Amino acid sequence: MATITLDHIAHAYPGPSGAEKRYALKPIEHVWQNGRAYALLGPSGCGKTTLLNIISGLVIPSDGRLLFDGQDVTRLPTEKRNIAQVFQFPVIYDTMTVAENLAFPLKNRGMERRLIEARVAEIAELLDLTPVLRRRARGLTADAKQKISLGRGLVRSDVSAVLFDEPLTVIDPALKWELRSKLKAVHQALDMLMIYVTHDQVEALTFADEVVVMKDGAVLQIGTPADLFERPAHSFVGYFIGSPGMNFLPAVIEGRQAVVDGQRFDLGAQYALPAGDVQIGFRPDYATVTASGGIPVKLQRIEDLGRRRLARVTLGGHGLVATLPNDVTLTGEAAGLHVQPGHLHVYVDEHRIEGQRMTEPLHA
Amino acid sequence: MLDKPWNNRAWFFVIPVLVFVLFSSIIPMMTVVNYSVQDTMGQNNFFWNGAAWFQNLLDPTTDIGGRFAAALVRNLIFSLVVLCIELPLGIAVAICIPRHGWRVGAALVLIALPLLIPWTVVGTIWQIFARQDIGLLGAALNSVGIHYNDTQDPTSAWATIVVMDVWHWTGMVALLAYAGLKAIPDAFYQAARIDGASRWSVFRNIELPKLQKVLVIAVLLRFMESFMIYTEPSVVTGGGPGEATSFLSLDLVKIALGQVDLGNAAAMSLVYNLITLSLCWIFFTVMTQLEQRKGS
Repeated sequence: MATITLDHIAHAYPGPSGAEKRYALKPIEHVWQNGRAYALLGPSGCGKTTLLNIISGLVIPSDGRLLFDGQDVTRLPTEKRNIAQVFQFPVIYDTMTVAENLAFPLKNRGMERRLIEARVAEIAELLDLTPVLRRRARGLTADAKQKISLGRGLVRSDVSAVLFDEPLTVIDPALKWELRSKLKAVHQALDMLMIYVTHDQVEALTFADEVVVMKDGAVLQIGTPADLFERPAHSFVGYFIGSPGMNFLPAVIEGRQAVVDGQRFDLGAQYALPAGDVQIGFRPDYATVTASGGIPVKLQRIEDLGRRRLARVTLGGHGLVATLPNDVTLTGEAAGLHVQPGHLHVYVDEHRIEGQRMTEPLHA
Repeated sequence: MLDKPWNNRAWFFVIPVLVFVLFSSIIPMMTVVNYSVQDTMGQNNFFWNGAAWFQNLLDPTTDIGGRFAAALVRNLIFSLVVLCIELPLGIAVAICIPRHGWRVGAALVLIALPLLIPWTVVGTIWQIFARQDIGLLGAALNSVGIHYNDTQDPTSAWATIVVMDVWHWTGMVALLAYAGLKAIPDAFYQAARIDGASRWSVFRNIELPKLQKVLVIAVLLRFMESFMIYTEPSVVTGGGPGEATSFLSLDLVKIALGQVDLGNAAAMSLVYNLITLSLCWIFFTVMTQLEQRKGS
């Protein structure tokens, strides 16, 4: 159990000398609180695994300090850090039984046999491994093997943190769901700091108390799932999280209004903008399309997802997605777009800008 | 899959291979079989001798039988000794080979070097190396007071042959083991570090089990080659001193070409061949079945 502090951690893999350093991980500052569950979310190659490996000590960062409960562990070798990590592909010890596999990390640390057996039984119970405990690990299926890997990660009760590096990649979809909720339950039962790397937003949002969204080695936003959904700090976050992603339109801001192709959107706040490329963004979930009224748009097609319907429309050549309420029927191409006030965000050079909400209405 | 076409004319496709094997193996082999059941009084006149050569050969109380049994035991001991040294040594070398950078290439070339030297040259190198008057090894050993003479002392001769074989072939075991080690994903080593495993434990629980398959191949190759060894001892010791290093092949050549004892030599060839084949078969079956049993 520990609180982990990243103090200006950054990492550049050694490249050709003389060349400018290319950072796989750009400077990051963050505190991972004890007992919470975090997810590192981002596309492949965004540096999330590098960050994880820095925490576990498999990679030594080129810059910055790493603190466990205030103690500098930046250069401490993995085995002295008291970290558990579960990898993308199952790692099992072929010659051992399932029970011996689970006991291995404890045995290596010289724990008493009686305590080991009790702990192994407890973890096996949590992960439904009890029936296969006496079997040799190598003959089992891929997902049983991955459960063993998970078990080895969870078996030590004294670890500072448990790190998961896309642990459900090899598991089939039905079991994925089950294992994910199992992990969540385990987290609640064992009260550990867990950090979970994934490129799957559903996994991240369902597992974590707080999600770190990364791209190209940089952290774009750290927040609760609701934060990421309601107030994406970067247009990539808006685009990456939510299905479908956020709509973005190039706009000109005029006080409380945004002008897109001659059409005015009410922003509900006053914006004084720095120079840069201005866009407005809103989620399809907060925009509806009706037959008339609102901002005139051209209907392209309707997607029926069963529980909800989406309308693909265009506004001055820009494609958009909005919700089509079930009681609305559209005839022809013309339609009207309504965006819920307060759910429209302004982005300058891809970063979200906060507006000033007036306390008194402009025209009383 | 159940309604596969069944057409016996497909066997015609096998004919070219059969013809090739006939000329390359079966016909030459039959001449040996021919000699093994006949005897001659000279002048190229042969007469039927039944299984007498084989009976003699397999009866250790006879002259030739005793000689054959001694060579067989000698050869088995040699193979065993060589395997016991080369296998662990090869694995140890493989573990020490660097995994990244220019050193990989350098190490691999150095290790493979002895494998690229023609076998007679290997023999010659060691024959000169071991000489007491001008050989670096022989002269050096004697000058520090160790009695070493590979032409007169059986222990010296054996040591020379064994060390030479280790020098010549450990590289192959090391290369095979290295290939096996390279195939182990990094995650296994990382997981072991996180699990707090010792170096020995990593070797015992990760590397050795993953190496099993290549080691079966290494054992098979090294056993066959050492069981059939001829060239190097023939150059270095010529089977001597006395009969001390007369392995099966060496003895066979002495009987066939030295004494022109065709009947005995033919019978010995066939039995030798059968022993090699059956030992390999037993090895392979046992090893693969062990593998399967562990899997289930």
